[in-house]
Amino acid sequence: MNHPQEAARFLANAKRAKWHDEALWFVRSKRDMAAADIPEWEQLRQQASQIKAHTIANLKTYLQQFEQKATDLGAHVHWARDASEHNTIVQSILRDHGARRIVKSKSMLTEECQLNPHLENAGFEITDTDLGEWIVQLRNEPPSHIVLPAIHIKKEEVGELFHQKLGTRQGSADPDYLTESARNTLRKSFLQADAAITGVNFAIAETGGIVICTNEGNADMGTGLPGLHIACMGIEKIIPRAEDLALFLRLLARSGTGQPITAYTAHHHGPRPDGQLHIVLVDNGRTEILKQEAFRNSLHCIRCGACMNTCPVYRRSGGHSYGYTIPGPIGSILASARDPKAFYTLPYASSLCGSCTDICPVNIDLHHQLLAWRSEITRQKILPLPKRLAMAALSHLMRRPRLYRLFGAISRSIGRAIPRTLLYCRFNVWGRQRELPPLPKKSFRRMFQQEAARREEKQHEK
Amino acid sequence: MKKNSMKSKQSILDSITDFESAAWELPPRATFGITYDDPIAQFSKILKTVGGTAIRVPNTQALLEELATLDFLAPASNIYSAIPEFLPSTVDLAHTDTPQQLHDLDVALVRGELAVAENGAVWVTDELLRHRVVLFIAEHVILIVSVASVLQNLHEAYEQLSFGKPQYGVFISGPSKTADIEQSLVFGAQGPRTLTVFLLDEEPAA
Amino acid sequence: MRVGLFIPCYIDQLYPNVGIATVRVLERFGVDVDFPENQTCCGQPMANIGCDRAAAPLAEQFFATFRHYEHVVCPSGSCTAMVRHHYQKYLGHHEGFETLRNSVYELCEFLTDVLHIGPLEGDFPHRVGIHQSCHGLRELRLAESSERVAKPFSKPHSLLESLRGIELVSLSRGDECCGFGGTFAVTQEAVSCSMGNDRIRDHEQAGTEILTGVDMSCLMHMEGLLRRQKKPMRVMHLAEILCQSGAHCR
Repeated sequence: MNHPQEAARFLANAKRAKWHDEALWFVRSKRDMAAADIPEWEQLRQQASQIKAHTIANLKTYLQQFEQKATDLGAHVHWARDASEHNTIVQSILRDHGARRIVKSKSMLTEECQLNPHLENAGFEITDTDLGEWIVQLRNEPPSHIVLPAIHIKKEEVGELFHQKLGTRQGSADPDYLTESARNTLRKSFLQADAAITGVNFAIAETGGIVICTNEGNADMGTGLPGLHIACMGIEKIIPRAEDLALFLRLLARSGTGQPITAYTAHHHGPRPDGQLHIVLVDNGRTEILKQEAFRNSLHCIRCGACMNTCPVYRRSGGHSYGYTIPGPIGSILASARDPKAFYTLPYASSLCGSCTDICPVNIDLHHQLLAWRSEITRQKILPLPKRLAMAALSHLMRRPRLYRLFGAISRSIGRAIPRTLLYCRFNVWGRQRELPPLPKKSFRRMFQQEAARREEKQHEK
Repeated sequence: MKKNSMKSKQSILDSITDFESAAWELPPRATFGITYDDPIAQFSKILKTVGGTAIRVPNTQALLEELATLDFLAPASNIYSAIPEFLPSTVDLAHTDTPQQLHDLDVALVRGELAVAENGAVWVTDELLRHRVVLFIAEHVILIVSVASVLQNLHEAYEQLSFGKPQYGVFISGPSKTADIEQSLVFGAQGPRTLTVFLLDEEPAA
Repeated sequence: MRVGLFIPCYIDQLYPNVGIATVRVLERFGVDVDFPENQTCCGQPMANIGCDRAAAPLAEQFFATFRHYEHVVCPSGSCTAMVRHHYQKYLGHHEGFETLRNSVYELCEFLTDVLHIGPLEGDFPHRVGIHQSCHGLRELRLAESSERVAKPFSKPHSLLESLRGIELVSLSRGDECCGFGGTFAVTQEAVSCSMGNDRIRDHEQAGTEILTGVDMSCLMHMEGLLRRQKKPMRVMHLAEILCQSGAHCR
């Protein structure tokens, strides 16, 4: 994958790119207002970050405690080392229950593990019930944002899609009408479902409970109807105590969408009296990240999406340009951990402006981690050789002040002398849309020296 | 499968080294949290912004009067009410074998244990609710909360909640909603189209 | 007071007048300026691309050049941030590094935090738009960023606002990145220019006549777009405004 290329393609439709940027900026603005309502906001971020740091420092203990408590409550806990184990576990639970039709609420983990295609190939019928997720499922594409999966799609396109798939009126793009049509269709899926699969926002070690946040209530509709509930979670979702939820829930929805809390925040402690609860704990590379001190705190992420909404690059390149389940700043870090070679352009898909770091509700130093990944990419010699050589050459030049002066003077005079067509030839990427600065005859140091000399003369005359 | 899972468990745990460090101490319980001079007003204001309606009533009589004005109640034929004194049930959960049978539920009325001023959320559990799906499958949900149990913020709420036994509990803040189509807010995305919270001054008889 | 002047390489080569303005401003406030000849580049381009081995010797060179100054002043937020926040991994082993790190100041913060100059007297009858460069903003905290919930402040604003005749515009996105980002400007040319154009549009709508900031690199990027599109908005480094306005203490 090549982010700059994909981004350029996205930006080629300038009107649409502007629309995308403004839609996300609107969410960012709502977040700002929601955060401003809480005077202790920065304190919340600080404490949430500390709790996450503490938890991943004691992850083994907390995972075991969680398993024990959840089991005591009657849940079944499963462990999966990687995506394929996860998918196999889910499939066999479904098979054991004779389940075929599944309703699934939003779970980035199951996206990461590619659960849908796995189950579909095995003959299961799986419906993503979050409206945005369902839209992208019907379009046969991945979500472009972790909280707003269909943020890249225009309502006219949803209208057309629903017209084709659900038989809604042709040409209607009214969100109320389209949502109502989706509701009616999805309601049938809920009522017919044999099992519900959900993600997990938080898992409480102290109590063995899991917490699932939605606005549509689709996770609860799912877990409230069929008796079988499979909850899939990355092992970093653990928090120590129930009371810690106060911090995280205060931060999560405000950061993500600017809401004071999601419409539904469900706490499942054990299965329904008439049902079963299976919790699948998934590693899939997380323990590898844990081992790398520089990148460890990327596991603090609570998947609020704020770093995407605020990222000026994400807003202008779209989630699909990242080519990874999780896009934006945090996605670039996680993708690099998964495969630094395949995703090496992602840490460079940032101007390092640091807005992500300042907005992150759990204080992940996102832009510094992106920079650290760049070092890693260079160290592993993944960065193309010409770039590495260019930087080495520049370094050699800059280590020789006299050579630097000479080189600067010559470059400036050549730049001034050569014809414009040559200066702005196609290799001048800077110059495609921008002028180069007018090249001065004298450098600063030359001017400074001359001035100093003149002053000395004056002093002398006196 | 269970055997494989055990092997995976061991392998995952083996690849984690807990690194105890003073720098990563678990911070003590949060002692901060915004408070409001009038938590009831704050709760009502926030609930309104998230699409719900809060109605404060001094006593049962006033509650009954307010209930009578709810326009969705008159045409409702399938009603589940946890408090028959307030609203008679037409649906008997004890004789409803599967939650799917509740598919045409019009209204659900249940009691909320506590409410949070900061975010307009009401805590509801399934302790007395055989099919918790009533909270989601009903077209309209009515929650009854005692004014005395309106708390300032989430920290206060979690101080009161306990999670020792198998139970389902949910914070409900407004009706079901989505903004997945071009950020246009639509209520009744999957679940309830409306949420009405009655804040009752006089503690209802248990 | 004598300070070591740290002039970023691109200012030295491309914007000498910004360097001269910096000298003039410092001298006007009674500071003697030394320009150590051995300085070239702080190594930020190499460090930002991840080439630490290319950046490290330049950090060493910087250390050798500036270690003996009590104060080092630089008319760039980004280069100052490089020293303050990213030199640790190259120079952490040097005994004097902590001292050097704490002695390097971006021009605005030197004026407000070290010289403690109060409201300035001077004339600048123009509508001015301040671009908050990201590294000055979020690494040096020259101003409070829009993401954080805290009392707002802005050192660049506080330096300019008391000048006679100046009108500081307010923007719809007060501190969004312009998209320069060092090599990002070239490797992500499409996104970079889109970001720059959006900033320019915001300033146009706010009525900015002169666009200023603490980082000439961001300004160079936006100036490049402005000049290509033949737009009338002018670009000046904040030091140039302070210099031209004759700003001095009341």
